[in-house]
Amino acid sequence: MNRFISKHITAPIEAAPLAVFRILFGVMMLLSIVRFWSYGWIEKLYIQPKFFFSYYGFEWVKPLGIYTYFIFIICGLSAIFVALGYKYKVAIVTFFFSFTYIELMDKTTYLNHYYFISLLSFLMIFLPANAYFSLDAKQDSKKAFQKIPAWTVNSIKLLLGIVYFYAGLAKLNSDWLFKAMPLKIWLPSKFDTPLLGQFLHEEWVQYAFSWFGAGYDLAIPFLLLYKKTRPFAFVMVVVFHVMTRVLFPIGMFPYVMIVSTLIFFDSSFHHKLLNYLSGFFRIQKNLFDNGKAVVMAPHGKMSPKLILIALFFVVQLLMPWRYLTYPGELFWTEEGYRFSWRVMLMEKSGYAQFKVVSKDSGKWFYVDNSDFLTPFQEKQMSFQPDFILEYAQYLKKHFEKDGHKNVQIFVDSRVALNGRLSTTYIDPKVDLGQERESFEHKNWIIPFTDEIKGI
Amino acid sequence: MRRFFTIVATAVMIWACSSDGGNDPTDDVVVDPTPDPVSFERGPMLMNWADNIIIPSYEAFSSEMTGLQSAFDSFKSDASEANLVAFRASWLSAYKMWQRVSMFEIGPAETLGLRLNVNIYPAGSDKIDGFITSGSYDLALASNRDAKGFPALDYLINGLGDRDEDILAKFNGTEKENLIAYTGDVIADMVSLSTNVLAEWNSGYRATFVANNGASSTASVDRFINDYVFYYEKFLRAGKMGIPVGAFSENVLPQNVEAYYKADVSNELFLEGIEAVQDFFNGVHYGKNTSGESLASYLDALNTVKDGDDLKKLINDQFDLAKTKVAALEPFRNEIEDNVPPTNMLLAYDEVQRIVPLLKVDMVSAMSVSIDFVDADGD
Repeated sequence: MNRFISKHITAPIEAAPLAVFRILFGVMMLLSIVRFWSYGWIEKLYIQPKFFFSYYGFEWVKPLGIYTYFIFIICGLSAIFVALGYKYKVAIVTFFFSFTYIELMDKTTYLNHYYFISLLSFLMIFLPANAYFSLDAKQDSKKAFQKIPAWTVNSIKLLLGIVYFYAGLAKLNSDWLFKAMPLKIWLPSKFDTPLLGQFLHEEWVQYAFSWFGAGYDLAIPFLLLYKKTRPFAFVMVVVFHVMTRVLFPIGMFPYVMIVSTLIFFDSSFHHKLLNYLSGFFRIQKNLFDNGKAVVMAPHGKMSPKLILIALFFVVQLLMPWRYLTYPGELFWTEEGYRFSWRVMLMEKSGYAQFKVVSKDSGKWFYVDNSDFLTPFQEKQMSFQPDFILEYAQYLKKHFEKDGHKNVQIFVDSRVALNGRLSTTYIDPKVDLGQERESFEHKNWIIPFTDEIKGI
Repeated sequence: MRRFFTIVATAVMIWACSSDGGNDPTDDVVVDPTPDPVSFERGPMLMNWADNIIIPSYEAFSSEMTGLQSAFDSFKSDASEANLVAFRASWLSAYKMWQRVSMFEIGPAETLGLRLNVNIYPAGSDKIDGFITSGSYDLALASNRDAKGFPALDYLINGLGDRDEDILAKFNGTEKENLIAYTGDVIADMVSLSTNVLAEWNSGYRATFVANNGASSTASVDRFINDYVFYYEKFLRAGKMGIPVGAFSENVLPQNVEAYYKADVSNELFLEGIEAVQDFFNGVHYGKNTSGESLASYLDALNTVKDGDDLKKLINDQFDLAKTKVAALEPFRNEIEDNVPPTNMLLAYDEVQRIVPLLKVDMVSAMSVSIDFVDADGD
């Protein structure tokens, strides 16, 4: 045990991998922000909509109108500071809060990949990523260290490992493995992909992609850990993510993952990379090679920082299993679906028509969703129960403010999952105006009529 | 290090080879040597849509407009009862043909805003009266869309008086010249719009439309399916039935019935519209009994992969049921004005409504078409 602790936690290791990671992370985040802005998505997703879907408990996080751009500017600037390693602590804390704020503004845009960035930047607050090859280290030699404790780099590897492994576990279900769903729906529609396109409608290709995808996710953390399989594993990482990029609209995620997995390589690789950078930018790299190591507290004494990080990982390991505390099919109810690395698992779509009934007069009418929601919000709302509830509550408030009294909200909804025919999703007799959001099971979801076996 | 750069270089090459050229029609030289029944080619479907449905429908619509113009010309030279009746018949015939082209709001029709310019109702009768009196108006203005097109003609030839004598009295009265001039301008506007749309289809848009046979949010099939479902939901279901019957408001809105002044043709127009939507779904050639590649045959092709339920049949059955229910109704205006609440029409509306999730959820999801261009990342 002691040997394990010393090898993976306390032992001093080269700081170069973490420095490279910091630089690449900062650059990728800056590019993400610039890309997001250049597509006009800030305007489209955070300024134009009239209504925003909040995460339970974070209802106070809202876009700030035109000042929303300001948050993105702060986020982009802090990413530059992180890359440079300048005022690193302040920069990474600022990045974490600004990025997370952006993600909390509207859960319509929830992506596992954004959640991953939030977690990673939180973790990086506690890592000495500015100890080496940074402006901080250059300006203040007291902050400069060539070596850092092993846990710092290992915690990033662990987080990446969790992401991949849990994504693989989530694929171990009967739809994915034995029906090749949803790839059977998605792949044929990509028939115009050069080279691959003509094969994508072949059933065996769809099964091969499904099984390969599951196997890849489960195995890749381990293949990256062992030196002998590492080059092969990295080729797989590149091929896999480039393929997902070509076939699906998943933005920067593949690149972020490809770059992140570089941390698994030996420090000699990172030194070479930094040498190359030094040559390019005329930086004196040997300035940082001072042989100094960050000193860890002696064995047995856990610092508050390490306790916090241990807790962080316990939460990460347990979070994806919380769905087990809910009855019903996870893919259908989505109770415990988010924050669990369930990536590209379902072809799910729905239709929700809301009926506003004035209880006193008995008069009723249907709502035109486009009066309140953007097409994207309407699409996301129509198959996720917490969205449906939040929207129903909003409609009740809106129409009561409009002068209608004692308003009841009913929804007529249908959802199709992984190629099954659509069925009724929400109990049409339940007045959603009376229901409240909570962590408890929503018993007004009509149970799934089929069965999906597996994790 | 060298190995690393080799990997990166390879990745960049894979990416470079695979991320462009998707819309270039010359890429289609790779032909599957053994056609697999499972694979469905979108190109032939687009060709069938353009050559056998869309363009012939626009041609028929264009000739209806010519007919309307000449009926008006006769009426203009002699505002007699016989000419009014003939003019009205031409109007109704053109209006019914309009129901067959209204859903094709893509390309030229979208650019010109054909639907917005030809069929915004209820007509602004006060606005029209004002224009006639003053004799000064600009029909090209977006704010005047409710003063032109079929609804304006409906007001002019059916709504100026209770009986034909009253209407004819207006056309032969003090405002005769202004009235005739205005009616002529409204028709000229419709004729020019429909001529332009057809000309654009024939002079190049057809090629663009058919060549854009890929799968992306900007490809013809994806875009058209979006427009098609949108038309069904907003204009056919809500516009012609839902809004007037009061499904979206606390009270009924009979004045929002299509062809309000003619009063007895609204369900005829609706049935023509839903028939056109169903025919399009099944790829039925315009004016013929033959059919070609269509959304229905696409679903059939996909179904062989999925072993799923027969969605094509479910959709057609629901269309048939909805049509039967609507056909049994009185004219919509009577249904709404004579019954409180208009129960039968609401029940028929429910059947019309049931088609929406079948198209918007089941069909769209089976084809993996993203409903409306949502340009955000997925994961």
